[in-house]
Amino acid sequence: MPAEIGHVALLLALAAACLQSVLPLVGAQRGDARLMAFARPAALAQFALVALAFALLTWCYVVSDFSVANVFQNSHTAKPMLYKVTGVWGNHEGSLLLWVLILALFGAAVAAFGRNLPPPLAARALAVQAMIAAAFLAFMAFTSNPFERLDPVPAEGRDLNPILQDPGLAFHPPFLYLGYVGLSIVFSFAVAALVEGRVDAAWARWVRPWALAAWASLTLGIALGSWWAYYELGWGGWWYWDPVENASFMPWLVGAALLHSAIVAEKRDALKSWTILLAILAFGLSLIGTFLVRSGVLTSVHSFASDPARGAFILAILAVAIGGSLALYAWRAPTLKPGGAFAPMSREGGLVLNNLLLSTACATVFVGTLYPLFLEGLGGAKVSVGAPFFNATFVPLMIPLVAAMAVGPFLAWKRADARAALRRVALPAAAGALAAIACALAAPPAPALAYVGAALAAMLAAATIGEFAARAGTLRRALGLPRAAWGTAIAHLGMAVTVAGVVASAAWQSESIGLMRPGESVSIAGWQVTFRGTELARGANYTARRGLFEARRGEGSALRLSPAKRFYPSTGSTTTEAAIHGSILGDLYVTIADPAEAGPQGANARFLFEAPTDAAWAVRITHNPLVAWIWAGAGLMALGGAVSLTDRRLRVGAPTRRLRTARA
Amino acid sequence: MRRALFLLPLLCFAAVATWFAFGLGRDPSRIPSALVGRPAPAVALPPLEGAQRPAFALQPGRVAIVNFFASWCAPCKVEHPTLMRLAAEGRIAVHGISYKDAAADSARFLAQLGNPFETIGWDRDGRAAMEWGVYGVPETFVVGRDGTIRHRHVGALLDDTVARVLVPMVARLERE
Repeated sequence: MPAEIGHVALLLALAAACLQSVLPLVGAQRGDARLMAFARPAALAQFALVALAFALLTWCYVVSDFSVANVFQNSHTAKPMLYKVTGVWGNHEGSLLLWVLILALFGAAVAAFGRNLPPPLAARALAVQAMIAAAFLAFMAFTSNPFERLDPVPAEGRDLNPILQDPGLAFHPPFLYLGYVGLSIVFSFAVAALVEGRVDAAWARWVRPWALAAWASLTLGIALGSWWAYYELGWGGWWYWDPVENASFMPWLVGAALLHSAIVAEKRDALKSWTILLAILAFGLSLIGTFLVRSGVLTSVHSFASDPARGAFILAILAVAIGGSLALYAWRAPTLKPGGAFAPMSREGGLVLNNLLLSTACATVFVGTLYPLFLEGLGGAKVSVGAPFFNATFVPLMIPLVAAMAVGPFLAWKRADARAALRRVALPAAAGALAAIACALAAPPAPALAYVGAALAAMLAAATIGEFAARAGTLRRALGLPRAAWGTAIAHLGMAVTVAGVVASAAWQSESIGLMRPGESVSIAGWQVTFRGTELARGANYTARRGLFEARRGEGSALRLSPAKRFYPSTGSTTTEAAIHGSILGDLYVTIADPAEAGPQGANARFLFEAPTDAAWAVRITHNPLVAWIWAGAGLMALGGAVSLTDRRLRVGAPTRRLRTARA
Repeated sequence: MRRALFLLPLLCFAAVATWFAFGLGRDPSRIPSALVGRPAPAVALPPLEGAQRPAFALQPGRVAIVNFFASWCAPCKVEHPTLMRLAAEGRIAVHGISYKDAAADSARFLAQLGNPFETIGWDRDGRAAMEWGVYGVPETFVVGRDGTIRHRHVGALLDDTVARVLVPMVARLERE
């Protein structure tokens, strides 16, 4: 029964979305207040219906109702409760439902908190938002119904892919979708502005909080995914330039560019049509990401089961949404009045440089991700250009970007005194040089790029702190500075921390791979790691062979590390569980592969469980310096976004209205 | 002129969308090769350090497959279990060539996922791949008993392709 109610709720939501996408638009065109006012209750009803459907699907998972095909294919009675719930979005249909839920949530948020918006803008934006929702609800209704029934009812489910049964991944999609879908609001506002033919400082101020919220969520989502890949794929890498990762990274890059160009649009009334274009592209790239993940046009390690019919449907949505909005852009954007002029050497100029670098970076990722597809069109096939391409194209763009981040905040609006700015950057630059020298003295030799990276990270951190301190003067005055200034400083500092982590973990990683017999030890980066043997362990729905290791540094007491190889009988697959001892200075990362006698079959269940106790195991131990900084920095960036979101200035017509009343 | 500039994003998008539409309905793994029917190129490659296998060499008189792979290649990870199974069956000699990859990374790839290869060549700069006419990784070639290339497969080699194409072909080649 719940499945049928859920299905009906989805269809009703589709109907609500269809009405919401037409009536308010007509109302705004005719100036009919009643038709415009229809948008708000429709958006709230649509959200309530989708939320009901989502709750019912979750319920089917919780009680393991295998009469629902989706539950049968992705769940199992023995699965821990956490993964029963998170399994709801661990598959194509369920994740699509989550996507639509967040889409409706954002629409409802605009309806509930956007009362200060001019009614025509709000009505048009909500109508555009409803068009997107209607497209995806129809997509679900016609190709991917999560509530499809099975008859006869199977006794047991097929289980979720074990590699996805992990807390890090369980919460990665919701954040990622908050980011993707949050950009849909910015997109809706951009299209609404194009329809109105007016973009002004007020528009930029209304859009910025949504862009900030979306970007901060996307940052968290990407960081969680990267962290998961780091410890779960058992590889020690934290970014693979996989198409699915790139699909989330491209909207992030464009979103970052959008945040900065919206500042110029708000403060100086310039870069308006560029900001609109970025708003369209940011959401367009989110849609393209969805298309790539679900249509199977690209091969990826973690794409969903793909289906050309679904691909064709998403491609149609893509063509209408992005093609339509870009056509509207080509038609209306030239009529937008150009705003304030500025000299190349100015804060605006710095932000333009930032935008150019970020969008070029996004373009290189786009080319690298889609090159295989283009090749396929020319008669080639699914190949990967991989890390060598991205290292050669993306990394060189990040060097001027980080340098510009250090210098930019020192420049004045409109026209800056270049010499004065350079004088103020001198100290941070010295800090950077010092950091590079310190690395050269204290750490083993590394490629030149590593020292450049270390210098840039230190320079960015010093410049950010220096600029903030100069603005604040005293601690008391610092507390009185606008939240946006705090947000900028925190986010830029986060970038410096991430860069430091990326550079250190790439350049100064130490590694030992080899066969180890019980009792043998290896020394790495000051640690003495001893292999004590293996044991069998049992979890709720898996059996594991666990390696027992002791790590010791100097005279300190021994640390126990137990990496494992898990076998999930329900799907017949194995996963590698890394053992990580993390600290602020670096991670000791241990994985076991196979017993040496396993032969070319690798880790099949028999060899995993019948290996003799004195067997030699393939063991990989790495020390990854500062690797945790990568995610800590991403956390700071997201925090910076959140702090900036609480700025007074954004509270006019923004979702943070409630804070003001709470404070009063 | 200014208007044309604003049309640019739309035109770019139209081009991309057309490619997407192309990509949807194609069978990507079928692709002819100029080398099919010719002797496999003689390439001298160093062994892959850390992989404990001899340097790449085809054994005359035995049907073989030659797989180009790299640790940075996601589809290679996808096809790896298939290669492992092929090797475990022991009927076909499976050889590997590590393509534009650091030796340590390739060795780690094999240590982690298993090593299906009898011999491995390390093609650091992609020279050998060029001789074989490889576009990117993964690509897999079937070499007959007489040392000529009989088939080329571009992209990840999946169980389905093996059962449908490779197994019948190898059976035929072994009878020759």
